[in-house]
Amino acid sequence: MAQAQAHSGPMVTADGVPLKTSLRRAERRRKITAFMLVVPLLAFILLTFIAPIGDMLWRSVDNPAIINTLPNTVTALEDWDGEELPPEEAFAAMVEDLRVGQENRSIGQVGIRLNYEMSGARSLFSRTARNADSLEPPYKEALLDAHRRWGDVETWRLIKREGRPYTASYYLSAVDMRYADDGSVAMQPENQRIYVALFMRTLALSLAITVLTLLLGFPIAYLLATLPLRYSNLLMIMVLLPFWTSLLVRTTAWIVLLQQQGVINDLLVAVGLIGDDGRLTMMHNWIGTIVAMTHILLPFMVLPLYSVMKTIPPSYQRAARSLGANPFVAFVRVYLPQTVSGIGAGAILVFIISIGYYITPALVGGQSGQLISNLIADHMQRTLNWGLAAALGSILLGGVLILYWLYNRIVGIDNMKLG
Amino acid sequence: MALPSYASPLERTWYYSYRVICGLIFFFLVAPILVMIPLSFNAQPYFSYTTEMLTLQPEGYSLRWYEEFFNSSAWVTSIRNSVIIAFASTFLATCLGTLAALGLSRSHMPFRGLIMGLLISPMIVPLIISAAGMFFFYSQIGLAQTFPGVILAHTALGTPFVVITVTATLTGFDHTLTRASASLGAPPQTTFFKVILPLITPGVISGALFAFITSFDEVVIVLFVAGVEQRTIPREMWSGIREQISPTILAVATILVLISIALLTVLELLRRRNERMRGLSPS
Repeated sequence: MAQAQAHSGPMVTADGVPLKTSLRRAERRRKITAFMLVVPLLAFILLTFIAPIGDMLWRSVDNPAIINTLPNTVTALEDWDGEELPPEEAFAAMVEDLRVGQENRSIGQVGIRLNYEMSGARSLFSRTARNADSLEPPYKEALLDAHRRWGDVETWRLIKREGRPYTASYYLSAVDMRYADDGSVAMQPENQRIYVALFMRTLALSLAITVLTLLLGFPIAYLLATLPLRYSNLLMIMVLLPFWTSLLVRTTAWIVLLQQQGVINDLLVAVGLIGDDGRLTMMHNWIGTIVAMTHILLPFMVLPLYSVMKTIPPSYQRAARSLGANPFVAFVRVYLPQTVSGIGAGAILVFIISIGYYITPALVGGQSGQLISNLIADHMQRTLNWGLAAALGSILLGGVLILYWLYNRIVGIDNMKLG
Repeated sequence: MALPSYASPLERTWYYSYRVICGLIFFFLVAPILVMIPLSFNAQPYFSYTTEMLTLQPEGYSLRWYEEFFNSSAWVTSIRNSVIIAFASTFLATCLGTLAALGLSRSHMPFRGLIMGLLISPMIVPLIISAAGMFFFYSQIGLAQTFPGVILAHTALGTPFVVITVTATLTGFDHTLTRASASLGAPPQTTFFKVILPLITPGVISGALFAFITSFDEVVIVLFVAGVEQRTIPREMWSGIREQISPTILAVATILVLISIALLTVLELLRRRNERMRGLSPS
């Protein structure tokens, strides 16, 4: 140091490099080392997890079926104004596309895709395509003879609208809307609206579960935080045992308890509270979903509450008492405000987990206890409308990410406690 | 928390009723699991207590469902699959996660928040969404319905737990130790294995346990990504509950409860050891 100060000009290291440069270099090297340690996992997560999520988001707008299978028709309809039936060229292009599509068996995709928007489209395409080879010009008359729906302007408007490579129609379906015949956006008819109601039900059930876990979790978290450690450690096992028990085991346990011939009903009949023919239906409806999920998610509420309550000195409440507050006032005005961050963390955590829950509602929820994720699975596996499943999933994902951002503001990822 | 001697009658009543309420909530937490266990020894194919069971007659009880479990090829295969998938994904998740945690806990880490968010995301995103995405993506690259596919998916789900627990252990880590080791001439890998790893082992093991239980208990991803060949225990339970409900499921459930008690014990012992090493031994 003394030597460096003796010289005028910048400080240099032993090998003559200015100290600033040398430090910056060392800093950069350390940054790179730290980053290199993270790279393997980062690459792994990007490939095995982020890419699949991206794929799902992509599928919610991707719309390849029509533009790939009916390229000539899409081109022919480009200048069509959509007022009356398209000109002969469009019909000819359609017959051409149908022939090719029938040959390479891709026409079914178009039928399935358009059937989501217009019922009957599937049979329209498969039937006409089967006989496409025998059609003779003029194709307009030929197609109109083959199937009357070729004479509907709506059919052609639909093809023109969905002939674009991307579509918003999955998202519209996911919020109970659709394109009206004239291309404007309108609500689905009353009797076909299901998704908004289901999103609302998912939110309502999740909220109910969050409130219930808070009501049940707060007292025991307070007890655990205020008891001497040797007792609270023992009681903590009773919280951790369900936490570590397999999800399916806990769901099975609730089936054993709740079903019509189950333990609770047997007990009530044995005690004489209900008759044998008056057994309660507590499963395969929303009661089952709420009870089982409250049980399953209760530890997620207790643990963050406990970790916050553990840090609150008991002397604060005693001080309030000594200043004349009665126990209730001391609790509400002194203790409760200090637990707010724990309540927030626990509530958002439980809410985030429950709005995406799948297994338990599927097994004990019945019809009225289904959540949005059950419908996503249904579209994935049964109706095979993957675009709609992806759109519903993307909306759910958006909601969860917003909640997670809130959670992060309240507790921070680094403070997340496990076990 | 003990009741002071000057407490009013109202306070006394509240004190005891509060304890009763808490007792009921603890009962709610544990009872469902405990009620199920004796039923797995039911001699009858029912999910309810028979009179023989309630009067504790030996003929009311049997091990037939356990026998059925261990004699059924489907269940035995599912045990094998679960063990293979859980161990492989735990190993991968622990290696990748520990390495990343070492980098993340350095103060020189660039874009720390963003990277942490990405690495934690498999824990945040609802399973059904992860499963849907993986179903689309893995079938395109030929990983669907294969063991590597399920293992990679479970590894992705398990790594956040390892990252979180190991990062948490490293926050209490004295970094002068690594500098001391380096100044004595140890190359980085020696420093890691001889100095860092022994000190963070509790964090690594508890992270690994979390990753293990995540994979061992996971069913949504398995439902979508796995094929018939990769059916795991939870997957068998799922179809057991949905299709042919028999007390065999209760026998499986009882065995799983015992496994989770064992894991819980290991984790608790680790936690105590960790606290002892930091000089925070419980009073």
